[in-house]
Amino acid sequence: MKKLALISIPLTLFLLALSSYLALAVAPTESTMGDVQRIFYYHVPSGWVAGLCFTINFLASIYYLWSRSPASDAVAAASAEVGVVFGAVLLITGPLWARPVWGIWWTWDARLTTTLILWLIYVSYLVLRRFAAGGQTQVLAAAFAIFGFADVPIVYFSIRWFRTQHPAPVIGGGPDSGLAPPILHVFLTNLALFTVLGMIYLVLRYKLQMQEQALESAHAQAALKGVA
Amino acid sequence: MSTFGVTRSTLAKDLRMEWRSKDAINSMLFFSLLVVVIFSFAFNPTAEESRHIAGGLMWVAFLFAAVVALNQTWARELRNQVLDAYRVSPAPANSLFLAKAIGNFLFVVILECLMAPLFVVFYELRSIGPVWQLIVVALLGTWALVVNGTFFAALSIRTRNREIMLPLILFPISIPALLGMVDATTSILTGEASPVFWIKLLTVYDIVFTSVCLLLFEVVLNAE
Repeated sequence: MKKLALISIPLTLFLLALSSYLALAVAPTESTMGDVQRIFYYHVPSGWVAGLCFTINFLASIYYLWSRSPASDAVAAASAEVGVVFGAVLLITGPLWARPVWGIWWTWDARLTTTLILWLIYVSYLVLRRFAAGGQTQVLAAAFAIFGFADVPIVYFSIRWFRTQHPAPVIGGGPDSGLAPPILHVFLTNLALFTVLGMIYLVLRYKLQMQEQALESAHAQAALKGVA
Repeated sequence: MSTFGVTRSTLAKDLRMEWRSKDAINSMLFFSLLVVVIFSFAFNPTAEESRHIAGGLMWVAFLFAAVVALNQTWARELRNQVLDAYRVSPAPANSLFLAKAIGNFLFVVILECLMAPLFVVFYELRSIGPVWQLIVVALLGTWALVVNGTFFAALSIRTRNREIMLPLILFPISIPALLGMVDATTSILTGEASPVFWIKLLTVYDIVFTSVCLLLFEVVLNAE
């Protein structure tokens, strides 16, 4: 664990510095939005990592119910936490970008609302994990994760309909169709960097989770011996 | 005993207990009455305005009130270790779940029937769209709340902060169902739009989550 931290902390700092350098210095200034558009290089990769983490969480939860391996539960717990963190970055950078470009902080459009609800669901997943009693945590959390993931498409379609019936005040914005090559290169590099970053956090959190599990079972063993 | 038999006898037992104590229905009724009164002070709507907001008010009141009944679902079975007895018995887990879900569904439907006249009186409601559609929406919507609520109550009963936990995990998942109920009700009351999409959405939601509940309940019941 210590060795892993020694490697990963400098690596993380290096990746963050590199992605910021690319986004702030290398990428060209976008013609209509100006420098504000640079948030894009943080916003979209964070969203991608959050989505990736939630998918990992879903797969790990199913695998846990099938195999009952403690490792897959640790993966589920770690991915939910990392996903919530990157989702929070996504939800914070979004309004910061929207305010100067759209003129509003927030609009209840399909993608924004789906992201917010998804984030809320995974926060409640973490709350459930935090408060569940002892040995049942894993099963309860895995069951809830399946509910959460099943909800996502329903949320998306309901909000899409909701929005088309009541048009939002501002529609569009953001680079939708085709990116200029220099922007695209920086964007793809940042996407890769963020993915690596997210995976580093995931591995660290996973290792920590495994150690917590080991500690808990050691405590339980000790208590049992004390009784006997 | 067959699946159906277990469901029927558990349901009969729950209904008899509720009939004798009236714990759940009384607290739900009083709670939603308070919500109705407080909201009408807070918004003080005219008849025309209330048609637009009544869908939201009604469902928020029923959602909060349903939590009261849902929390009692399994708490009742913890006394005298009934749930543990159930676990070791060969009775199928899903029939227990169905009995509890149907029981809660009946309680909330009764609550809605009793509360609907009050909404009409306090908010001067008159539906412009067809009223029978409201009944369809109410039945589908209530099942959507109750099926997940019954399942999540079984989760939250295992946590340290039981009563608080249920809304924390139930509300985020129920957002699309709630959106469907509120929007369908509003479009029927105002007669401005067709509720068909929302009725379809609620049906899909009901089917998806009833299946997920039945698939996972046994696992959760036997969680150690």
